[in-house]
Amino acid sequence: MNKVQTPYRFLWLLMPLTLLAAAVAWIVLANPLQSLGSDAPPVENLTFERTIIQDGGVRLLVRAGGSEPMQIAQVQIDAAYWQFTQEPSGQIARGSAVWLNIPFSWMLGEAHVVTVVTNSGTTFEHEIAVVIPSPQGTVAQLNNQAIIGLFVGVLPIIFGLMFYPVLRDVGRGGMNFLLALTVGLLVFLLIDTVEESLELASEAAAIFQGPVMVVLVGLASFFTLMAVGRRVGTPSGLSLATLIALGIGLHNFGEGLAIGAAFAAGSAGLGTYLILGFTLHNITEGIGIAAPILKKRPPLLAFAGLTMLAGGPAVVGMWLGSLAFSAHWAAFALAIGAGAILQVVVQVSAYLMRSNEAGTEVFYTRPVILGLTAGVAFMYATAALVKI
Amino acid sequence: MSSNEKTTDFVSRRNVLMAGLAAAGGTTAYAGGAQVQSGQAQDTAMAHMDTHGGMMTVGTVDNESNGFDPVAMLTDWDTGKVETMADGRILRTFEMTAEDKEIEIAPGVFFPAWTYNGRVPGPALRATEGDRIRVKFVNNGSHPHSVHFHGIHAARMDGVPGTPGLIGPGEEFTYEFDAKPFGCHLYHCHALPLRRHMAKGMYGAFVIDPDPDKHPEHANVARSRLYGSAENAGWQEMVMVMNAFDTNLDGENEFYAANTVAFAYAKNPIKVLKSKPVRIYLINTVEFDPINSFHLHANFFDYYNQGTTLTPTLKTVDIITQCQAERGILEFTFAEHEPGLYMFHAHQAEFTELGWMANFDVVEG
Repeated sequence: MNKVQTPYRFLWLLMPLTLLAAAVAWIVLANPLQSLGSDAPPVENLTFERTIIQDGGVRLLVRAGGSEPMQIAQVQIDAAYWQFTQEPSGQIARGSAVWLNIPFSWMLGEAHVVTVVTNSGTTFEHEIAVVIPSPQGTVAQLNNQAIIGLFVGVLPIIFGLMFYPVLRDVGRGGMNFLLALTVGLLVFLLIDTVEESLELASEAAAIFQGPVMVVLVGLASFFTLMAVGRRVGTPSGLSLATLIALGIGLHNFGEGLAIGAAFAAGSAGLGTYLILGFTLHNITEGIGIAAPILKKRPPLLAFAGLTMLAGGPAVVGMWLGSLAFSAHWAAFALAIGAGAILQVVVQVSAYLMRSNEAGTEVFYTRPVILGLTAGVAFMYATAALVKI
Repeated sequence: MSSNEKTTDFVSRRNVLMAGLAAAGGTTAYAGGAQVQSGQAQDTAMAHMDTHGGMMTVGTVDNESNGFDPVAMLTDWDTGKVETMADGRILRTFEMTAEDKEIEIAPGVFFPAWTYNGRVPGPALRATEGDRIRVKFVNNGSHPHSVHFHGIHAARMDGVPGTPGLIGPGEEFTYEFDAKPFGCHLYHCHALPLRRHMAKGMYGAFVIDPDPDKHPEHANVARSRLYGSAENAGWQEMVMVMNAFDTNLDGENEFYAANTVAFAYAKNPIKVLKSKPVRIYLINTVEFDPINSFHLHANFFDYYNQGTTLTPTLKTVDIITQCQAERGILEFTFAEHEPGLYMFHAHQAEFTELGWMANFDVVEG
């Protein structure tokens, strides 16, 4: 009987589809919303995604997000019309992006305001706050960025891991303190990453629905890593250290993206103490990675691997951020990082409970409370060194 | 725009990070390189630039679909329909129609204007001192409008709210008055809100030539100003209405021009013969900015403020300023100059760079 009915069931599927097609056809052809003021000009929106300052002028990547295709008519820099070319030329479909090339003798270290005028006379402004030539991926520039990346990402991990021999002899209480410290610092990084990610998302074109994307990508990242973790088995020892290093690495990748973007956007005139602030700020990351392997004896190569996993992405992030930065991609990457960090928070907490053969009550023991507080407080206090 | 603020924010937050960059020695080396690059940028950019240094709108305005050509507008006088009345005086009848019309004010930029006779500025009306003026006004627009003349007339003919001359859509009114005093005047819509009606494009030139018979002490000067006279034919006359457009409705103008189209005379320089003196009827109708100006390069001119005198009110100047609705007559010659492009523009550099910049192409002849 089922076999007889099956073909007819597909016919049922046709009904809603037919109704949908009919509704679309009616609204397009009959235009019943005319009376709602469709005579009003279309909504226009333009997002500035990238700014490149180079020999011969300024290049801007702009994305259209209006209710209809948009047409850029003229471009001003600092309230003066400048000749420009658009690639590709013509109307810009909703959601697509074009490059604007403006031959312009920009002024180093000063600010310029670019105003795009559409065919309706609507204007969109973009401020280049500090004009410096954009990185072009020369070996010298990549080297400089790598050095900064090492200071921000790799060096602190090395410093932290160097506490390993000293910490090896801690007792149960000390171990709990260190694991709780790790959870504390990861919670701080989680909050920091989410905040950064949402901020970038708000700069992205509306079509990407930044905040929703951040939350969904973050959750997807979290559950994917949790599922992978399940298949591998409850992580402890070196595998847990690796997960912590991965989470921290993803955070540092985001940090690198941000610094690289700062390179591209242009900023100058800063002090030595800030980079050292970053180094200090990130030292606990190394201690956190060391915590699960204190009672093991991993080979030296494992330390090197953990260091590169946690710190190396800062360098890669810098390169990417300076050469190909768009707010929505950066938000995307940071959201993955946030999910990963949350997953590590869960794993380390689980490990803490398991190694004490206890439940959540372990979080109310003195070493753990002290550790959590110390981790968050240290991160918060040292962050003050690097926030202006 | 908010995107602007966000970007600023973003950069300032990252300033922190740049500290590190400087510390690592990256930025120092970088800035050095940048200095060099800045110079290169200039050279390469220069290569792209035309005579205006690349500071110019892109493309051309379609005069045909606009229905008016800024170059033709310079000398396109509307002298009305001329009849002689029983008492021997001249009766000039003008026809003006208000209509909504989208016009292209710069290449590719369309402005929903309110116009007189489908053009911005409206027709350049020209009469002679003492003529009887009759203006048949039809409002085909979507809002109440009027024609308010700067001149001497009865209150009923003033076109302000509360007078019969301010009419609703579909209505008609005929203004009637004597053409006086002679000078370079203007008309504009006086419906409220006044600023919006002005900014939408409802204004134009209203020039009253002096009657030589009434000014025996300066009869020759008066004759040279009298449109159609042999003396007047020895001049190169043009009318320029300085105007501007606020396309994004933020209370500031995005485009400035003389006779509507930004950079029109920069792209198509105005031909001027060396042999004939030049007379410009200049009127400022810009809204939002209190003052406009006119600066002539490589030359000086005499100026007749409001054109109501036959001797200059300012002699030998190369710049004059005009408040909103202020106007006057400029007289100068290129007789002793070598041929070439001679620039003129508002000396508010902002206006210049947003479109109110132009050239005379001075040629032999």
